[in-house]
Amino acid sequence: MTHFIGRRLLHAIPTLVLISMVVFAILALAPGDPLAGFAANPDIPPEVRMNIRHQLGLDDPVYVRYVKWATSFVEGNWGYSFQSHVPADQLIGQRLPTDLAVVGSSYVIAVLFAIPIGVLSAVKQYSIFDQVATTLAFIGFSLPTFFTGILFIIVFSVKLHWLPFIYNTTVTDPVQILKQSVMPVVVLALFTSATLMRFVRSSMLDNVQQDYVRTALAKGLRSGKVIVRHVLRNGLIPVVTLLALGLPAVFTGAVITEQIFRVPGIGSLLITAIQNSDTPVVMCITFVYAILVVVFNIIADVLYGLLDPRIRYG
Amino acid sequence: MVSVRPDAVGQPALPAAVRMFRRPARTLWGDAWRRFRKHRLAMAGGAMFLFLTAATIIGPIIYHVPIGAIDFHNARLTPSWAHPFGTNDLGQDMLARCLYGGRISIAVGFAAMLVSITLGTLVGAIAGFFGRTTDHVLMRLTDVFISLPSLPLLLLVLYLYRDGLAKMFGPQLGIFWLIVVVLGGLNWMPTARLVRAGFLAVKEREFMEAARSLGVGPVSQIFRHILPNTLSPVIVSATLSVGTAMIAEATLSFLGLGFPPDIPSWGRLLYDAQNYLDLAPHMALFPGLMICLAVLSINYVGDGLRDALDPRKVS
Repeated sequence: MTHFIGRRLLHAIPTLVLISMVVFAILALAPGDPLAGFAANPDIPPEVRMNIRHQLGLDDPVYVRYVKWATSFVEGNWGYSFQSHVPADQLIGQRLPTDLAVVGSSYVIAVLFAIPIGVLSAVKQYSIFDQVATTLAFIGFSLPTFFTGILFIIVFSVKLHWLPFIYNTTVTDPVQILKQSVMPVVVLALFTSATLMRFVRSSMLDNVQQDYVRTALAKGLRSGKVIVRHVLRNGLIPVVTLLALGLPAVFTGAVITEQIFRVPGIGSLLITAIQNSDTPVVMCITFVYAILVVVFNIIADVLYGLLDPRIRYG
Repeated sequence: MVSVRPDAVGQPALPAAVRMFRRPARTLWGDAWRRFRKHRLAMAGGAMFLFLTAATIIGPIIYHVPIGAIDFHNARLTPSWAHPFGTNDLGQDMLARCLYGGRISIAVGFAAMLVSITLGTLVGAIAGFFGRTTDHVLMRLTDVFISLPSLPLLLLVLYLYRDGLAKMFGPQLGIFWLIVVVLGGLNWMPTARLVRAGFLAVKEREFMEAARSLGVGPVSQIFRHILPNTLSPVIVSATLSVGTAMIAEATLSFLGLGFPPDIPSWGRLLYDAQNYLDLAPHMALFPGLMICLAVLSINYVGDGLRDALDPRKVS
């Protein structure tokens, strides 16, 4: 197993290098100038600006700049924001708790809903419950989060005045914090649980028809026990992998939800950074997202091997 | 089994095997269509999507209201006979904007689908057909693309290259092509994997061996023999990717990085409505509903096609 994990980690390195090259190339080849803000500033004469450019190494060829960026990234220096002159990793660190709270709780809620509903709807296939659940899941994953978010705001904030629609981090009252997190968490959870539920259902259906289920039933075990002890354990193996694979997507997908509800997470930091041409922060966040995807891919692979005894890694 | 019409009186009864040939030939696509028709929701979805497409194409021709006419006296009107979808903060008619915007959203969806399917089919076909190093390199490339965080990259590329392309091709076409190419370029991976898997399976079948022994060239092998046999998952994934692309375009425009305000795609209309949710919720509801209806209906079509084209379901 350690051998396998080691090999997967080695495989991940070229992937990450390639991704960083792609992101770097996109930024480097863009027509805009990171020092455009200085060009508009009358206090900075063109010679000084040229000097700054030279000192920052912006005149170097692309590959030199890339190597410089990559080495300092590995050394732990992730660059400074052009806007606030704070290290980029510190900016991300500030946003991380809010992000983890909102995205994390939405993911937990989504799983708690998706698994029982998915299982029940597979066990009672073609029943009314199954039909309602699958239809709702289909609608849930077809509705974009920006529309459900807006719909929630119109209904619960504008019409009913139940919930605030702007996330305020200065609030300390736990009830207020809970109230302002309800909508972003539910919007994210709805979308995630719809996708998950469909997956749980089909994975359970694959297993319900297997011979070992018939054997267990023929031996006289109660069907409830067979479902929970036999089918569920096998049916959830691919689901666990999907859970690991899907987490990074929830983080990047949260960009939209954060934007609607003004949640100060990493996603909204990315949007402001992009709008301010804050290259170091943009580069840093994009790369952190890429690392998340690669790491969770490895975790999914390893989990699959741990859970499914049929899979052996040589 | 097949029901056979009773033969006309006076004719000698034919053997069953001969009678079999009398009925109209059943084609592969005919069978698929027959199965698709049974999927009620897919049929409804198809009808809905056709209706929406037709409305956006024909609508602006019949409904002669300019999309950009500013009229502050009639700003933020709720829906009425004069303005069925109400008006926005500048007094522009929302129905006209929704209809016109639908053209853009649907066009982006289809164009991006074409890009991603073409790219995915090409990569998958080459990787699956030639195998070995080619396959290895292309599949590693696919892995890298799958690991790319697509939404942040989309935002980044659009933000950085928008102005440059707008200058080159004009604001409308420049941004349209940028969005289409980038959406397609970040969405081809699932198709490539499907096509490759199909190619690997079909390549080793006997009829391929026969084709090869007859001296059929690689291009003809790929396009005449293998590709048609791997088409059904591609069609399903093409249908679903129209919906994905439409949502992605709406997301970009919703975050203010897609189309400019004078090109009101559905996502852009939602973006404009964001600040008036309390005063004029209809500004958000109508374009939002249009996006949902379009995506939902095309997803149902994809679902129906998946069942209809599944070769294991041949009855």
